Amino acid sequence: MTLALATDHGAVVQTLNDSPLAVRGMTVSYGEKPAVFSVDMTVRQGAMTAIIGPNGAGKSTLLKAALGVVTPLAGQATVFGKPLARERHRIAYVPQRASVDWDFPTRVIDVVLMGLYRELGLLRRVRARHMDKAMDCLDRVGMRDFADRQIGQLSGGQQQRVFLARALAQSADLYLLDEPFAGVDAATEKAIIDVLKALKDAGKTVVAVHHDLATVADYFDDVFLINTRKVAEGSVDTTFTAENLNIAYGGRLAGAQLEAAAG
Amino acid sequence: MWLDALTLQLGYNATLVALGAMFLGIAAGVTGTFLFLRKRALVSDAISHATLPGIGLAFMVMVAFGGDGRSLVGLLFGSALSAGFGLLCIGWLTQRTRLAEDAAIGAVLSVFFGFGVVLLTVIQTMSAGRQAGLEGFLLGSTAGMLWNDAMIILIGGALTMAAVVAFRRPMSLVAFDPEFAASSGMNVGRIDLMIMGLAMAVTVVGLKIVGLILIVAMLIIPPVTARFWTDRTDHLVILSGAFGGLAAYVGAAFSAAAPDLPTGPIIVLVSFAFFVVSMLAAPGRGVLVALLRHRRFQRRVHMRQGLLALAQGQPIYEGYTMRLLARAGLVQRDGVPTEEGKARAAKALRDEKRWQLVRADQALEGAAALYDGLRALETVLTPDQIAEIDRRMGGLAGVEA
Repeated sequence: MTLALATDHGAVVQTLNDSPLAVRGMTVSYGEKPAVFSVDMTVRQGAMTAIIGPNGAGKSTLLKAALGVVTPLAGQATVFGKPLARERHRIAYVPQRASVDWDFPTRVIDVVLMGLYRELGLLRRVRARHMDKAMDCLDRVGMRDFADRQIGQLSGGQQQRVFLARALAQSADLYLLDEPFAGVDAATEKAIIDVLKALKDAGKTVVAVHHDLATVADYFDDVFLINTRKVAEGSVDTTFTAENLNIAYGGRLAGAQLEAAAG
Repeated sequence: MWLDALTLQLGYNATLVALGAMFLGIAAGVTGTFLFLRKRALVSDAISHATLPGIGLAFMVMVAFGGDGRSLVGLLFGSALSAGFGLLCIGWLTQRTRLAEDAAIGAVLSVFFGFGVVLLTVIQTMSAGRQAGLEGFLLGSTAGMLWNDAMIILIGGALTMAAVVAFRRPMSLVAFDPEFAASSGMNVGRIDLMIMGLAMAVTVVGLKIVGLILIVAMLIIPPVTARFWTDRTDHLVILSGAFGGLAAYVGAAFSAAAPDLPTGPIIVLVSFAFFVVSMLAAPGRGVLVALLRHRRFQRRVHMRQGLLALAQGQPIYEGYTMRLLARAGLVQRDGVPTEEGKARAAKALRDEKRWQLVRADQALEGAAALYDGLRALETVLTPDQIAEIDRRMGGLAGVEA
């Protein structure tokens, strides 16, 4: 499908674009100050992409705008070359863990079943096959034994894995994760990255907002550097450089950090 | 007399009121659950107060068109319109200004209610229409309830419940995780509007029985009560409806038994009684149970610490620990462990070492998560698994239980 889209240069470019997620001219503002300004992003099919930038750089906002969770001021997103609304069923989303109330009266298995909402609709009964699928997703993140627990009884890492299981239940082709490794222990981090790599091996596309520069090269194929505006995007080898990091972080990173991260 | 009331032996009107109140209570409990889950409990207070100007205006309009202004359908329709307008005001204030929702609720609630009181005062001075009894909508009045009134409550309540059942999944999802709901294509704003719209419907339907000032209690107390009993959303909805229906039925029956007791306030008090009992006595989240559990837990902690100290030959300084051990016959009065005490201490130490291995093993994470320093390993692992742990432990396996 050919889309004519305005870029931030004011020019209109023709893109022949089947990218799992393509964002053009995205601007989001809370009040008068843009959190994300005129950002273009093109995610590569079958790759794991990290969205990187300092605090308040608009990483999460970009993801939410691309998903339509927040309404952008300008710009649009296409999913697998089509408008978001038509391809939404191919997206799975893992919000930040801190965005929900974990004392909510619900069990682990109920949270995973939320990922099957599109199949269940308003009134369809939860059948054995739905339960099996949900349990299978819990299994993949190593949480099968916790199915009947109230979600408030879980540790932070376990909560994050339950969120991931819910995303798995959505059986998507594109997985968007907002800081999946924030505040989780090493065991959970490994469990999550194993699941994400398995998704990639199955031909899925993974995009994650990421904080830890030290693990970028190990975990991801591509990076997208942002600080309100796009700084750079491309493969880790060519784009995750000290120079680009310096631009994104405004020189706030110490030399040693840059060496360790990009070296 | 009380028994007669509870078994609907007090005549036609009392029966009508009790059954109508019960249906209202169920509908309010079920609907209120989602307001509670969405943390919008106070919105219902604003909705109910915002009905008052609608009642006044509806009366005036009906009188202006030559009626006596007493048609319940007409009055409820008017109240729904002004409550809906109040809701829009709250939504507009929170979205377009930097006011927090609680401030917007406070402003809308008081202004609408004040305007309503002014209208009622004006109506009292009007010569046309039969204005007597309009103030009954403030605190409810069931004395002159008719078959038609009961039917309106029944049908309105049933429709509201049907809508709640149909939309329970999106409403729960939006209440728990609005971002995820939005990402899967749900219109969060519209679902929120539906949650509040349903609460508005219950409010309007309930004006006749409990009145606009107390209807908020029927929406909020039952889910809060039910929350003490369950950790599941679906159970919460059912329990809340049951508590709401039962409280309304019992309250209406009581108020019928004694001539001057007002129905609405009695329902609220019965509902509150359920709340207090649940808060104290509910297993799991109840206060008393939590206290007892805490004491028992403390006892087990002291016992365990004492046993571990005995096993490792460390001195025990805490008097409470010593008393517990002595009372259980595990130490003599001079603090020397008995034979049984030595055996129990050795077992405690062995368990602790087994647990260490379990917790180091990623494959046993499910079991390891249950570790609290007290739980016996036998309750978590199979004998085979424990044998395997013991094999890894080597020499320590020889200690007998």
